[in-house]
Amino acid sequence: MTVTIYIPRDSGALALGAEKVAKAVAQEIETRGLDAKIVRNGSRGLYWLEPMVEVATEAGRVAYGPISAKDVASLFDAGLASGGEHKLSLGDPEKIPFLAKQTRLTFARCGITDPLSLEDYRNHGGLKGLENAIAMTPADVVKQVTDSGLRGRGGAGFPTGIKWKTVLDTTADRKYIVCNADEGDSATFADRMIMEGDPFVLIEGMTIAGIATGATKGFVYIRSEYPHAVATMQKAVEVARKAGVLGVNVMGSPNAFDMEIRVGAGAYVCGEETSLLNSLEGKRGIVRAKPPLPAIQGLFGKPTVINNVISLASVPIVMDRGAQHYKDFGMGRSRGTIPIQIAGNAKHGGLFEAAFGLTLGEIVDEIGGGTVTGRPVKAVQVGGPLGAYFPRSLFDTPFDYEAFAAKDGLIGHAGITVFDDSADMLKQARFAMEFCAIESCGKCTPCRIGSTRGVETIDKIAHNIEPEKNLALVTDLCNTMKFGSLCALGGFTPYPVMSAINHFPEDFRPTPVAQAAE
Amino acid sequence: MSMQAASTQIASRAAAIVDEMKALEGPLLPILHEIQEEFGHVPAETLPIIAKVLNISNAEVHGVVTFYHDYRNHPAGRHVLKVCRAEACQSMGGDAIAAQISQALGIGFHETAKDNSVTLEPVYCLGLCACAPAAMLDGEVIGRLDADKIEEIVREVRS
Repeated sequence: MTVTIYIPRDSGALALGAEKVAKAVAQEIETRGLDAKIVRNGSRGLYWLEPMVEVATEAGRVAYGPISAKDVASLFDAGLASGGEHKLSLGDPEKIPFLAKQTRLTFARCGITDPLSLEDYRNHGGLKGLENAIAMTPADVVKQVTDSGLRGRGGAGFPTGIKWKTVLDTTADRKYIVCNADEGDSATFADRMIMEGDPFVLIEGMTIAGIATGATKGFVYIRSEYPHAVATMQKAVEVARKAGVLGVNVMGSPNAFDMEIRVGAGAYVCGEETSLLNSLEGKRGIVRAKPPLPAIQGLFGKPTVINNVISLASVPIVMDRGAQHYKDFGMGRSRGTIPIQIAGNAKHGGLFEAAFGLTLGEIVDEIGGGTVTGRPVKAVQVGGPLGAYFPRSLFDTPFDYEAFAAKDGLIGHAGITVFDDSADMLKQARFAMEFCAIESCGKCTPCRIGSTRGVETIDKIAHNIEPEKNLALVTDLCNTMKFGSLCALGGFTPYPVMSAINHFPEDFRPTPVAQAAE
Repeated sequence: MSMQAASTQIASRAAAIVDEMKALEGPLLPILHEIQEEFGHVPAETLPIIAKVLNISNAEVHGVVTFYHDYRNHPAGRHVLKVCRAEACQSMGGDAIAAQISQALGIGFHETAKDNSVTLEPVYCLGLCACAPAAMLDGEVIGRLDADKIEEIVREVRS
């Protein structure tokens, strides 16, 4: 029997040498004359163990990692093909605590299947949600998504079903489904992982959205910084089209739905939904004023569902298992699961899908294992460059949209960057302003000018020029940005800035020694 | 080849690209990506060609090209190295790594080496935040940058 060896083609695994490992494995298979094949799967998201190689044995999968090309020969000597023992053995990957503790709904197949095999996808429960949706009325599909409690995973947390209902109820000759895959927030990589590791789940989710709202065309807008995700999605769309999952008769039904992959051009602000729509239309990625809502006048002025990758990729499981199954996970008004991304200075960095409700401390200390440098955790930034910095004293905050908002923070796209005690929070606050200045679309004054003034004012504090007065000025500026900006870029930049000032005031006090050294 | 001939060739190639892609919904970004792929940058003389076919003003095309960080108005070096400067990489000493790279290459960010070997650019997140600090060399991703990997990168761009 042919042995199957899994080597991830996920960008994170590639960045750690997976391509060299794959070459070395292929070489060993050839020279040893083994009956084995290599499948390039996605990542399971345990990045401290990547590249993680798995072998399908009669007793199930056996994992090894982290593997470098020079380990490969010894792995084969140890009997890799039959799951032999080696110093890099990890045993059954599903029993690794980081994976065993997860609730994988959206990422159920990621890292397990061949991302481009529709057969694999079906064998692991794929397309059942779409089949169910085809057999239902659009209104019932929308109701099921609404009842599941699924909220926009891009960061805003808006109920997905309600957005869909608005599009369904708006009459037009043409409607669109747009997938926001402009995952620009630092510490986030869930969209990238699912697009590289299980692209069909996104295609299925978008097709369900099309059927539910009467849209016949979809666009996935992927950032140019993700060339591997772009390539995988493009191939997957071709496979789906050939198999009749996409096209004029979706899975043999009278519903038509097709989609295109579009590539961004390096503008962070295009992750904001209205500037993304302008970018898709071929314009500058300038934010639009709302109303009109995209659900009523979106892409090319037509009713448009615009959802994040993870929101759309969570729809198939909702349509497969039912609204109640999904809703049973989570807490409060945050239902279902969320792929938490543990990043930066974390010992066990990676993707951890879990029901809402874990505390920040559990995520950082227990799951993430503290810092990789071994130093104490000083702060964690939750929600990307527009998210607040949380100190240890707030580590009891449960992972829930409302609970984070109550602590002047946000979940965002659920990325968590861990910083050790060498972090300088004044520098981080300055960077937040600088980043806003670099990426501002320029339409509204608070964001365009405020961010530049913010950098200058924080520099004055750093140089001990009237620090009290300038701190008050930054606070005032943040208020103006928060309430006066057109979108979240200018409106949320105050979160990292003010949280740094409020929770780490000692970093904003004059430091004569550091100053003298400059 | 004379300057004139080169310019004519650019114009005809650009016209072919625009013609091929103009039927797309919202064709401007895909066209600009294709032109940059073809020429390594978006040559100024292609803008009026695009504008004419898409029936928009030159100013509008110029506005779009200059809005996005990806489009270049002149060719990059033989290699392009993008180093992530965002928070997750900062938390793993990314600023120091970026400074070391800049020093090793002898150029600052947004600059191209005098021998045209490499262009150094900042990037704000490559989605490699759990294997920071990260970079991308000619589309190939590199994680957990350290002194050895920097040396390897420098060797590769200079070879």
